[in-house]
Amino acid sequence: MGKYHLGEFEELVLLTVAILKDEAYGIAIIDEMESRLKRSVSIGALQTVLRRLEKKGFLSSEFGEATKVRGGKRKRYFSLTAYGKKVLTETKEQRMGLWSAIPEFAFSKI
Amino acid sequence: MKNFLPKLPLRFFRWYCHPDYLEDLEGDLLERFEVNTIENGAWSARWKFIKDVIRLFKPEIIRPIDGYKNLNNYGMIKNYVKIGWRNLLKHKVYSALNIGGLAIGITVALLISLWVVDEFSFDKHYKNYDKMAAVLQHNTMNGEKGTWSSQSYQLGRELKANYSNYFDHIVTSSFPSEAILALNETKIHITGCYMDEQAPEFLSLNMLEGDRTSFDNATSVLLSSTTAKMLFGDNIALDKILKIDNGRELKVIGVYEDRPSTDSFHGELGFIAPLDILSGGGTDMYSAGGTYLGWGNNWLQVLVTLADNISFDQASEAIKDVKANSIIEGDFGANFKPELFAFPISQWRLYSHFENGVNIGGRIAYVWQFGTIGIFVLLLACINFMNLSTARAQKRAKEVGIRKAIGSKRAQLAGQFFTESFIVVSIAFITGLLLTNLSLSWFNSITEKSIDIQWSSMPFWIAITAAIIFITLVSSSYPALFLSGFKPIKALKGTFKLGKSASFPRQVLVVAQFTVSITLIIGTTVIYQQIQYAKDRPIGYSLDGLINIPIKTSEVRKNFERFRNELKANNLIAEVSSSETSVTNIWPSDGGYEWEGKDPNMEPHIYRGAVSHDFGKTVGWKIIAGRDFDEAVISDSSAMILNQAAVDYMGLENPVGQIVTFYGDDYKVIGVAEDMLSQAAYSSTNQTAFIIAPEQRLKLIHVRLAPQVSVGQALEQVESIFIKHNTETPFEYVFADDEFAEKYEFEEQVANLVGVFTGLAIFISCLGLFGLASFMAEQRAKEIGIRKVIGASVYSLWKLLSKDFIVLVVLAAIISMPLGYYFMNDWLNDYEYRTEISWWIFALAITGALVVTLTTVSYQSVKAALVNPVKSLKAE
Repeated sequence: MGKYHLGEFEELVLLTVAILKDEAYGIAIIDEMESRLKRSVSIGALQTVLRRLEKKGFLSSEFGEATKVRGGKRKRYFSLTAYGKKVLTETKEQRMGLWSAIPEFAFSKI
Repeated sequence: MKNFLPKLPLRFFRWYCHPDYLEDLEGDLLERFEVNTIENGAWSARWKFIKDVIRLFKPEIIRPIDGYKNLNNYGMIKNYVKIGWRNLLKHKVYSALNIGGLAIGITVALLISLWVVDEFSFDKHYKNYDKMAAVLQHNTMNGEKGTWSSQSYQLGRELKANYSNYFDHIVTSSFPSEAILALNETKIHITGCYMDEQAPEFLSLNMLEGDRTSFDNATSVLLSSTTAKMLFGDNIALDKILKIDNGRELKVIGVYEDRPSTDSFHGELGFIAPLDILSGGGTDMYSAGGTYLGWGNNWLQVLVTLADNISFDQASEAIKDVKANSIIEGDFGANFKPELFAFPISQWRLYSHFENGVNIGGRIAYVWQFGTIGIFVLLLACINFMNLSTARAQKRAKEVGIRKAIGSKRAQLAGQFFTESFIVVSIAFITGLLLTNLSLSWFNSITEKSIDIQWSSMPFWIAITAAIIFITLVSSSYPALFLSGFKPIKALKGTFKLGKSASFPRQVLVVAQFTVSITLIIGTTVIYQQIQYAKDRPIGYSLDGLINIPIKTSEVRKNFERFRNELKANNLIAEVSSSETSVTNIWPSDGGYEWEGKDPNMEPHIYRGAVSHDFGKTVGWKIIAGRDFDEAVISDSSAMILNQAAVDYMGLENPVGQIVTFYGDDYKVIGVAEDMLSQAAYSSTNQTAFIIAPEQRLKLIHVRLAPQVSVGQALEQVESIFIKHNTETPFEYVFADDEFAEKYEFEEQVANLVGVFTGLAIFISCLGLFGLASFMAEQRAKEIGIRKVIGASVYSLWKLLSKDFIVLVVLAAIISMPLGYYFMNDWLNDYEYRTEISWWIFALAITGALVVTLTTVSYQSVKAALVNPVKSLKAE
């Protein structure tokens, strides 16, 4: 695995961006996360993470077209880079590896 | 809906947000606000909006403080620095020559600037600097105005009585003189001044102990901190009683800070004693010590501080005729039309010379001369830099071509070369500052200054920065424009060749360099020759084993005869006599002479040698006509011996036997002495009349040690006999040859400085020449190879390579000869006793320059001529 370890929130953001595919801009990501995860996400928290991930090279962004809503301001759409995908896949495989290594009885005792 | 949007948070957000993110984030905020307004109502939406804005206030979102865009070209400058640095390291020899030459030039310029600044800062620390002055007088003698700094005792009194509204302070002071200060058994010799009441205020003394206002010109004395330390160590000096010259008892009423090194009184104000000691105690016209106090005796100085709103001109105008109106007929100088004037302190140091009543500068001439030398040496270093840079231009032609091909503008390329020069100049400056710091103690000892580099002073660093920028611009403007002007296609194709025209400016610069160097060589040689000429001057007496013992106390004067007789009985001592002044400097002078055949319009001015009978035998003068004084001949108390200059001055045909009237007394001339060097070394001989002095006039004992005896042993004898006869006076003596050497001191200082700077200037020029020669050899390596293959000898190749430089140096020599002659003739004209500029000086300078050039160039040209042609032809 690479040098960079994703934080929990970072991983969730990356996954959400992946889910939304071409529609991943600020508010959409917040809505998606709030509806799926049932937790409230502030713009501040999300945006700082988005910038950080973009700087690391996991995400790239571009402006969309201007619309009449939102005061005529353009949206910034985020998308996963190849590197971002790789990191996500690796993270997933690690988790899977851990899951598969759990003995059957461990759960049954709980 | 928009109206509900909270304005202030939005403005705050717009202010702090990174401009790159501003649009989409604001959009997000607005969208959320719109949705919230619909879903939860306006108030809740607004509240959430504010919360979001605050939560967005995070380092990742906030605009960076140093700008978010590259508005500068740091990157490019970084590249310039990197390339420049690599170039420096790649051509180590060139870089060393460049930096070394420049560093030496900078060192010279820095030292000279420090010197100049020091000269200009003289006396500036005085609180009343703008208003302080000395009262001087112009006197017209035989149609020519002479300017004297000395004044009579009466002047100070007269100014105080009738002109006090023009002045805040009026101080009458003695000239600095040595005195013995005694604290019980501790006795020290120290130089100080005798002054009257207002002196401490005039000098605005900084008191370390006591109070300067209590100085009373009668029983008190002020000491400098050094003097106080010598007498009292670390104890308190205040209120202690001292004895001065074994005479009056004085109470120490204060200790003042030593005068700083940039003070006109520096080293000469060890104490301030009451002037009353010298002037008081007697009648109105004579002091207790027999000093004449009338207007005719100029033996003191008068210092003043102007009152507010009074200008120097106004004061001078007011006091102009004070002396002329008061002096009585027949007193010395009464018919000299004395004109008094106030001479501002700002001119004391640098503008102290007068010629025929007009200020003609003085030391300022040396300031200009050294300043010029400093600038020229620096210029030489800059020329080196230009030459080496342009000579190497061809090496960088390809780089320039590529840079231009990928879009560099000419200005950018020029900027690149400026940056490179800036690196070199900065390194040279750091080296130069270090060198300056290292050589400062040497420089101080030569110039007798105590200059420090003001490392923490802001103006110093501003000046340094300005100098770095200036030198960078001067030395690199030509190379930068030259190099950046290359045509890229030619440069890249390799067909690029610098023609003859490219090396022309370089040759001009070399000629300029050597013109300066050769002119400096001529100058230095003339200065040394002038000093040598003055040193070879016949002095008319003998200095070997001649010592002077000052007569400071009355017991020495009283016991002189016994002291003398015992000394003469000793076989280590050849002769003993006494006089008013040392033979090396006979300075008192009088008018008041009359003789038969004198032009009635002539106002005589003759120096006075007041001596005892054996003076001539002691100093070893030569009587060329008549005879010497003889103690056995009683009438010799009114005899006179003239020196040759006096005989010429008075126009006497048969001087011996002539009667000369001196202030009404008749003297018979019994002999003529050969001229003696008793004045400044470079002045013509003073006309001097020697007479037998009354006892109280004697101020000095001359002792001639017997030849071929050990000086140490003889001195021991003199000291023990002196102490035997004089219990109250410490023994103190001066070698006459030490005194004599002081005559040459200043000129020798100048010569040594100019000599060193000339040496460095030549060295810098040679560095440049060395670099150029090596470059030429490199350029012509192939040509030399082919010539060698065809059969050229090493000698002919050496000749080929050296010839170009020799031509340049000869050209420089031709230019510098008239320049050198002009400047040095001008310089010599200031001296009455001066040497001629002879042709051999020019021959020497040119030969010297040629030898130095040949040596420098030959190293490179011989090296190039010896290279195996296979090697140079095989390359590439």
